[in-house]
Amino acid sequence: MATTPDLIVEPAGAPPEPGARSATESRIFVASQWQLMWWRFRKHKVALASAVVVIGFYTIVLGADFLAYADPDASEAQRSLMPPQRVHFFDGGRFAPYVHGVKGVRDPNTFRRVYRPDPSQKVPIRFFVEGFPYHFLGVFPATRHLIGVDGGGDAGKTIFLLGTDVQGRDLWSRLMYGTRISLTIGLFGVTLSLVLGVVLGGLSGFYGGVTDTVIQRTIEILRSIPTIPLWMGLAAAMPREWSILQVYFAITLIISLLGWTELARVVRGRFLAMREEDFVVSARLVGCTRTRTIFVHMVPSFMSHIIAATTLALPAMIISETALSFLGLGLRPPAISWGVLLQQAQNVQTVAISPWLMLPAVPVIVVVMAFNFLGDGLRDAADPYGH
Amino acid sequence: MLAYIGRRALLAVFTVWAISVLSFAIIQLPPGDYVTSYIAQMASSGSVVSEEEAQNLRIQYGLGQPIYMQYLKWMKLVVRGNFGESMEWRRPVSEVIGERLWLTVVVSVAALILTWVLALPIGIYSAVRQYSPGDYLATFVGFIGLAVPNFLLALVLLYFGFVLFNAHIGGLFSPELQDAPWSGARVWDLAKHLPIPALILGLAGTAQQVRIMRANLLDELRKPYVVTARAKGLSELRVILKYPVRMALNPFASTIGYTLPYIVSGSVIVSLVLGLPTVGPLLLKALIAQDMFLAGTIVLLLGVMTVIGTLLSDVLLVWIDPRIRLEET
Repeated sequence: MATTPDLIVEPAGAPPEPGARSATESRIFVASQWQLMWWRFRKHKVALASAVVVIGFYTIVLGADFLAYADPDASEAQRSLMPPQRVHFFDGGRFAPYVHGVKGVRDPNTFRRVYRPDPSQKVPIRFFVEGFPYHFLGVFPATRHLIGVDGGGDAGKTIFLLGTDVQGRDLWSRLMYGTRISLTIGLFGVTLSLVLGVVLGGLSGFYGGVTDTVIQRTIEILRSIPTIPLWMGLAAAMPREWSILQVYFAITLIISLLGWTELARVVRGRFLAMREEDFVVSARLVGCTRTRTIFVHMVPSFMSHIIAATTLALPAMIISETALSFLGLGLRPPAISWGVLLQQAQNVQTVAISPWLMLPAVPVIVVVMAFNFLGDGLRDAADPYGH
Repeated sequence: MLAYIGRRALLAVFTVWAISVLSFAIIQLPPGDYVTSYIAQMASSGSVVSEEEAQNLRIQYGLGQPIYMQYLKWMKLVVRGNFGESMEWRRPVSEVIGERLWLTVVVSVAALILTWVLALPIGIYSAVRQYSPGDYLATFVGFIGLAVPNFLLALVLLYFGFVLFNAHIGGLFSPELQDAPWSGARVWDLAKHLPIPALILGLAGTAQQVRIMRANLLDELRKPYVVTARAKGLSELRVILKYPVRMALNPFASTIGYTLPYIVSGSVIVSLVLGLPTVGPLLLKALIAQDMFLAGTIVLLLGVMTVIGTLLSDVLLVWIDPRIRLEET
């Protein structure tokens, strides 16, 4: 979070000698705004690491089917609530990951199914194996998966990295698919909020007067309403017979309808600050049209601020979707999202017996933190001339 | 000052009106009405509702009238303190909500107070001892607090309470006092159960307030008047508490307006996880059953509660910082 108070952003390892100094300085003078931002952003190590995490998560979004090794909807009563299988990485000193076979027996006292690893049976984990068919990136038909085991149909030879749920579906694979839905819903939601925020915030900041007052009061009213009850009401209004896709877009709409206010405030603030700037006034004086002034001169100069604000708005969107789905008002099975997966963890008795059902909370927390740090870093970097 | 408060009060009234329209609209959105969902409910339990009976129910609840008439009718009742009748419970809404609303207020206020009580000293400490291990710890916990959605936090605490202590940490009362009339013992029981939900609800707010307090105080501490005060030989405690902390408090107070809706909002979902007898679980049930008067009233009351809280914080702010009056008028 440390922001250097000086304007000079030295490239890593540059010696502070007079000669080198002037070279650095001249580099800075000719650098573009984005270059300056990148140099500044690079110094923020936590934000940089967060950026890597975020990129990693969006890679999962793209390659969910490749990273999953089991059909997320394939249920099997025989494998209900199986605990995660331990992966052994070395077999006799050689890197050859395997898991032990698992035997399911019914406990005669509690009637619960309990699973015991069977050390006599080794199930090797193979890479790039054939599995259930899917379309890579939604286009190319494929059957290869990153990992898997031979003879997946055999009940004894299975792999469940994170265990299974009540219906015996593989949690790891479901988590991969859930990541896809949860993260894209946030992305669409934030895009929609951004459009609303830029248009309304822009109008508010550019025209001022009555327009500004009306929009500002609307924002104040929206912000003083507790959002979750409102969301719940809107989400409960969705007809039960809607398809997954319809529900998906309805939820996106609902969370962005209330989420645009913060972005609008940022945009308005920027517009107000910039309206009187010299370059904007001169653009107007040389006869630029209003549209040109806004889109060619003003928007590029606060683009970076908008990107930072958007990054900071994303986690709220992700949490909203998770919360709604968790309550059973958002996405509904058979759709898979983090919230839907967490629904199974609602009952504390169930969780106490099978704690791995709580695992979908981990990516939620990691992603939200990563976006927060990334947004912080971007916000600091957004203003390379600041401080 | 009066003019300022008057303006805020006017905005508050306007907000309440907007909330009432929104809450009523939400209830009207789902296709079908209470009678259709009632018929479906009866059908699933095997009994059939006759056409005539359905018609009678519709007339009884005025469901056939145009929507604005239904809204006006509802508002007329609300103004008189009569929130209509819950169709699902067949009892007046005020009776169904009853104690739950007050418990919601108690939980929210407790969370708000806890937020302040924790954030103030931690924020001051973090600023005064910048970059100390304690500061890093506070920053770290703060980031976790901001990143973990409160219902997940509730879930995790519930789990550990169950596994480690074999105790159910949810609820606001011990089982034997659940339905008992109010007494000293029951109040004490409530007080004992309150800290955990208050902490869960207040954590994100606390994290935010600590960051705000720390940033503000750091700005203030660098100002010349602090150096002057120190140079004049004031004790360190007095130097910090008497002037910079006071200055840093202003933005702190103004954030109640944003913290309160967040807490109230969170209380709905956290109550569901922890099984708190607040209006949250009731709202979910009412929405699923399309019990419009009940759900509408809950959304309305939660909104009103937030607006009143925000208004109070505005008044408080003017009282703390006289400059605000000058800026606004």
